[in-house]
Amino acid sequence: MSIFVDETTKVVYQGLTGSQGRFYGLLNRDYGTQVVAGTSPKKAGTDVDGIPVFANVADAVAATGATASCVFIPAPGVRGAVMEAAEAGIEFIVVITEGVPAHDGAWFYNKLRRDHPNVQLLGPNCPGIISPGKANIGITAGHIAKAPVAGEPAVGIVSRSGTLTYQALYELKLNDIGVTTCVGVGGDPVPGTSYIDCLRAFEADPQTRAVMMIGEIGGSAEEEAAEFIADEMTKPVVSYIAGVTAPPGKKMGHAGAIVSGGKGTAAAKMDALRAAGAQVGNNPTEAGTLMVEVVAGLTA
Amino acid sequence: MDLYEYQGKQFFASFGIPVSDGGAADSVDDAVAIADRVGYPVVVKAQVQVGGRGKAGGIKLAATTEEARTHASNILGMDIKGHVVRRLWIEVASDIAEEYYASFTLDRSAKQHLGMLSAEGGVEIEAVAESNPDAIAKIWVDPVDGLTEARAREWVAAAHLDPAATEGAVDILLKLYRAYTEGDADLVEINPLILTPDGRVHALDAKVTLDGSSVFRHPEYAEYEATQVRDSREEEAHAKGLQYVGLEGSVGVIANGAGLAMSTVDIVNQVGGKPANFLDIGGGANADVMAGALEVITNDPSVKAIFINIFGGITKGDEVANGIVTAMGRVEIGVPIVIRLDGTNADEGRAILEPHLGEGLRMESTMLAAAHTAVALAGN
Repeated sequence: MSIFVDETTKVVYQGLTGSQGRFYGLLNRDYGTQVVAGTSPKKAGTDVDGIPVFANVADAVAATGATASCVFIPAPGVRGAVMEAAEAGIEFIVVITEGVPAHDGAWFYNKLRRDHPNVQLLGPNCPGIISPGKANIGITAGHIAKAPVAGEPAVGIVSRSGTLTYQALYELKLNDIGVTTCVGVGGDPVPGTSYIDCLRAFEADPQTRAVMMIGEIGGSAEEEAAEFIADEMTKPVVSYIAGVTAPPGKKMGHAGAIVSGGKGTAAAKMDALRAAGAQVGNNPTEAGTLMVEVVAGLTA
Repeated sequence: MDLYEYQGKQFFASFGIPVSDGGAADSVDDAVAIADRVGYPVVVKAQVQVGGRGKAGGIKLAATTEEARTHASNILGMDIKGHVVRRLWIEVASDIAEEYYASFTLDRSAKQHLGMLSAEGGVEIEAVAESNPDAIAKIWVDPVDGLTEARAREWVAAAHLDPAATEGAVDILLKLYRAYTEGDADLVEINPLILTPDGRVHALDAKVTLDGSSVFRHPEYAEYEATQVRDSREEEAHAKGLQYVGLEGSVGVIANGAGLAMSTVDIVNQVGGKPANFLDIGGGANADVMAGALEVITNDPSVKAIFINIFGGITKGDEVANGIVTAMGRVEIGVPIVIRLDGTNADEGRAILEPHLGEGLRMESTMLAAAHTAVALAGN
């Protein structure tokens, strides 16, 4: 089983006619994702390599039955794009765009929770989600992920960083370990989907036998996840935290990646995860090796 | 983007928050002219983005024109913890009856805005949080609701300020919330927020951090942007739109994605090297961006080897490879490059690099191997 998305998920791409939207929309379709529609207010009625383009998400949903959306709209338009998708009845919204103002992110997170409590938001500033062999929504290179094989234990991945998500997928593939779903929750201060949302879903998914969790400096999401792991997870968790040597007070690329006032350090996060029973690697390769050992100890 | 005190006060004033009458000056004569205009006594304050200005002698009270001149000439050019004072803020001195603290920032755990108000101002709020946490009244504001006057009133009551400060504090907090949200700030902080003996409440200091992602809707940020202090490497990288943080070592690091760039810095340290920088070329980085990144790195004389770590998602391996080839033709790269390339279009990228491999450009198949090679080439 995968979590959140699979081969039956129908996806509308908001911003399909832009260069990024087109490139990844078509790559995602080639992977097997049901890319059923795109939106563009000015290009309604046209198509992108056979994918119909609608004026708005509501029209796309009415015509195609899409239940998920993938947002490639530039940052100034993301707040409007997210609300447009929610109001059109989309249940799962993936925002790839980076550079969304923090106040916009905080606003639509709370607005969705209040007015559209059944909508799940992933991102902003995330690589998306891939359920290997089934669906790939976002910018992950599909070929680096190994699909689960019947009779072999598979693992789930959750990560705040895009490229480290790819790194994790790749490490597991090199070690011949299948992945049920890999979720990139994104590097913004208020991510729509949290580590805990993903850990809970992986814990409930019978095919997922262990979880790789990749974090970075800043905020306290990893510490909160550690509490959840200690209290609720029966499945093994292997973790890696980036930014061990990051200088305090500097934003390390991501809006959310900053050690401030001595809080949000990698060391504190690693300690919290270890105390919760997770195994923590010092680099992505070491985390991959730890996961190989965990999987070797599991029976199919 | 952190504002200087004088910018923060101007930012606050634009939202109607009362601040002391004053002005910014870059010369002694300008400082004296401002002091004469606002009336004595005045406070002469060094404009540097570092704590402990007062202790370092960067904040002085002047009762006369002569004193203002003396203090201004002493403080201009002063070195405060490595920050040279280029600008002063001169404002009319205030009589203080009480010192409070007020701030708004985003609570990432609660996913709402957090307001903090304390009757114990004038000291670091972290110290108050440590010694007397009950002295900080906190409210969480849902961004969709915003801060209502009724809630602001309850909040002020909970902080046990002097009753004479109530109306002034409610007014300022509502304006401060507006400045925080409409101004797209990550942090707004007034410490101290003062009550004067004649019952007025106003901001005696201003700490403001603006969200760089919101520049598109704030053309007025350009003025603040122009005064940001960066080292020359950071300045050059910033002009090229690159995410760069200068470090102290000899291995130049270029990676795509913040997480991978952080991880690359970490792994260079772990194998015994010292990274010279953090540099994220971002998603969708094309040949020009890579060439620009290499220019920034090679301009740093302490760099002895360069480690390019690319895992393609939005960034495509062939574009990265073309960028490296372009840069090698465009700029003199006097140090060896070690590259590790995986992900989207990695095979195409490796094929493009293949004919250029040699002493100056090496390719490794894993991040760890590349780190070892780069650190060895850097000679540590």
